[in-house]
Amino acid sequence: MSYSDFLVIHGPRLLGGTWITVQQTVLAAVLAVLIALLFGLLKISPLRPVRALASVYIEVFRGTSLLVQLYWIFFVLPLFGITIDKFTAGFVAVGLNLGAYGAEVVRGAIQSVPRGQWEAALALNLSPARRMWRIILPQALVNMLPAWGNLMIEVLKGTALVAMISVADLMFEARQINGSTYLSAQVFGTALVIYYLLGRLGVTPLMRWLEKTVARRMGRV
Amino acid sequence: MEWKWDFTLQILPRLIEATGATLMAAAFGYLIAMVLGLGLALAQRTPYGALTRVVREGVEFIRSTPLILQIFFVFYVAPQFGVTLSPWVAGMLAIGLHYAAYLSEVYRGGLESVDRGQWEAATSLNLGTAHAYRRIILPQALPNAIPGMGNYLVGILKDTPMLSVIGVGELMHTANAIGAETYRFLEPFTLVGLIFLTISLPLAELVRRAETRLRRKLGLVK
Amino acid sequence: MTQDLTGYPLALTGPDRPMVRFAGVSKSYGDLQVLDRLDLEVAEGEMVTIIGPSGSGKTTVLRMLMTLETIDEGVIYVDGNPLTHMPRGDVLVRADRHHLRRERANIGMCFQHFNLFPHMTALENCTEGPIHVLGLTKAEARDRAEELLEMVGMIDKRDEFPARLSGGQKQRVAIARALAMRPKVMLFDEVTSALDPEVTGEVTEVIRKLVAQHNLTMLMVTHQMGFARDISDRICFFHNGRIEEQGPPQDLFGNPQSERTQQFLSAVNEAI
Repeated sequence: MSYSDFLVIHGPRLLGGTWITVQQTVLAAVLAVLIALLFGLLKISPLRPVRALASVYIEVFRGTSLLVQLYWIFFVLPLFGITIDKFTAGFVAVGLNLGAYGAEVVRGAIQSVPRGQWEAALALNLSPARRMWRIILPQALVNMLPAWGNLMIEVLKGTALVAMISVADLMFEARQINGSTYLSAQVFGTALVIYYLLGRLGVTPLMRWLEKTVARRMGRV
Repeated sequence: MEWKWDFTLQILPRLIEATGATLMAAAFGYLIAMVLGLGLALAQRTPYGALTRVVREGVEFIRSTPLILQIFFVFYVAPQFGVTLSPWVAGMLAIGLHYAAYLSEVYRGGLESVDRGQWEAATSLNLGTAHAYRRIILPQALPNAIPGMGNYLVGILKDTPMLSVIGVGELMHTANAIGAETYRFLEPFTLVGLIFLTISLPLAELVRRAETRLRRKLGLVK
Repeated sequence: MTQDLTGYPLALTGPDRPMVRFAGVSKSYGDLQVLDRLDLEVAEGEMVTIIGPSGSGKTTVLRMLMTLETIDEGVIYVDGNPLTHMPRGDVLVRADRHHLRRERANIGMCFQHFNLFPHMTALENCTEGPIHVLGLTKAEARDRAEELLEMVGMIDKRDEFPARLSGGQKQRVAIARALAMRPKVMLFDEVTSALDPEVTGEVTEVIRKLVAQHNLTMLMVTHQMGFARDISDRICFFHNGRIEEQGPPQDLFGNPQSERTQQFLSAVNEAI
């Protein structure tokens, strides 16, 4: 079978899987950003127990494997009566995991905002929430976006694991086709290229654009 | 569902044994990555522009595609070309290559951080290129690479569960097997998580300390 | 870039051949010409100092001689043999790696920023080359290095790492390191420029001692006019990639002929 024949027969299925991968990536990315902001902020809270809670979350999710977390959420949580469908379990696991990495990025970026900015905000007598939201976070955002570019690629790669709980993403479809045809080089090779292109033509340009836009709006260019 | 302690104690020895396999997989994979990664980094520093570009693209490709897919690729594609690899060999190759790409970036950063004057001094003493790398440049580049290298050591350990998908008998694989045999998932999966935590947290701390010590030993602390 | 090299001899012979010879050497970085058909000879045992405004190509001359920079045109000879080129049949072709390595052994260099190996002690800095390039035994290399460290007054610090040495101390170790390779030609590239004024003396003292006690051929680039005047056999004033004027120190400093030299020297004197 020529490669073009292969694409004609199995291409649609791979594309369907790609669409699921894109959905998983977007949902996991949104969740990861929310988690990262939440725990990044908790990590610098003045209250010690709050900081400790954030540390535990971050260390647990960074200290164990995404695959372990995914299995735990999908297989163990239902035992406690929390049943999540596999699609949701998939992006939730990826989002929770990468969110923990993101939390460290958020914390680092916030702490890298010069002290003078904190003091100036205090001098204006802004409320703590407003200080963070209007003065500190926007500046931190500029600092952290490059690191988020790498994290988003990790999110995309991380979603490949959801195939292990039978979410029909690109990885899953590739395995299915491999199982029925044994055209391993063609199917896995094509899947690798699709992932590469999703990153190279999707995630990376998007993050670069975001970096530029934010920098411009902050008057940094 | 309740946590069963007697069941926990019953499966613990099996999981601990599998932890050995996990550690071995991480160690072997990392060893391959260290050597291969250095090759990839040095290949980008030759005077041949074409070689540099090809290696660069390759490294980018490996870094931006999922490891789990690469594991499948190596395991299933090799037999198509008449080479049948055992799950262990395929797994080590895939994870070693994947992390070699990451480590090559770490090495590259380290090499670029060495002052150009060091090369000039090496030339002025007529040291050959290989000798200059081995004795002058790499010893200075490595301490700068250690933090990054350490992070990826922890990273590779945490990625070893993916090897279970092609049947490498590490922790995750064993936990899955226990689950399939007993229909109890709570204890095995939770234990796997705890075992990873007890290894990766101290490991991360160890890496931090090793870095400080190495810098001091090499006289690089001002 | 190919150039016609048929006019250049395959080797310099005769008892009065110079230790170093630049024959029609040119070098450009893009549009910027740093050296313009330079001819310069340095006799065996001679101490030549190059002075001139920054950007005049002084340092480039030393870096070419150390083979840290390639040349566009011309040929450099060291101790009679071509350095930048090698004979093939009866013409010169560009030197390959092996030729460079063999001929480079004649030359030693000290840098503005010392470039000591930070992960090696003062002694190890001095024995690295002798052991691994010259093939000395560890004991021989150590004896040689200790003798040289003694000469530069650094024997007490032989087991210190560079990070624990002052600038002047680092430069003295660097001089010992270069000498340990027993070069015929020593190059000093602004060796006191990165030093605090109060310690330049310890480095210039060592160089004075070298000039007085050894028959080394030396090329030096410096901004310290008084020092250059004291120890040099000849001063070359560089301007725009060419030698504008050269001569014994008393002539060049005392009675400069060229207007550019006069301007430069009066500017330097005013600065002091």
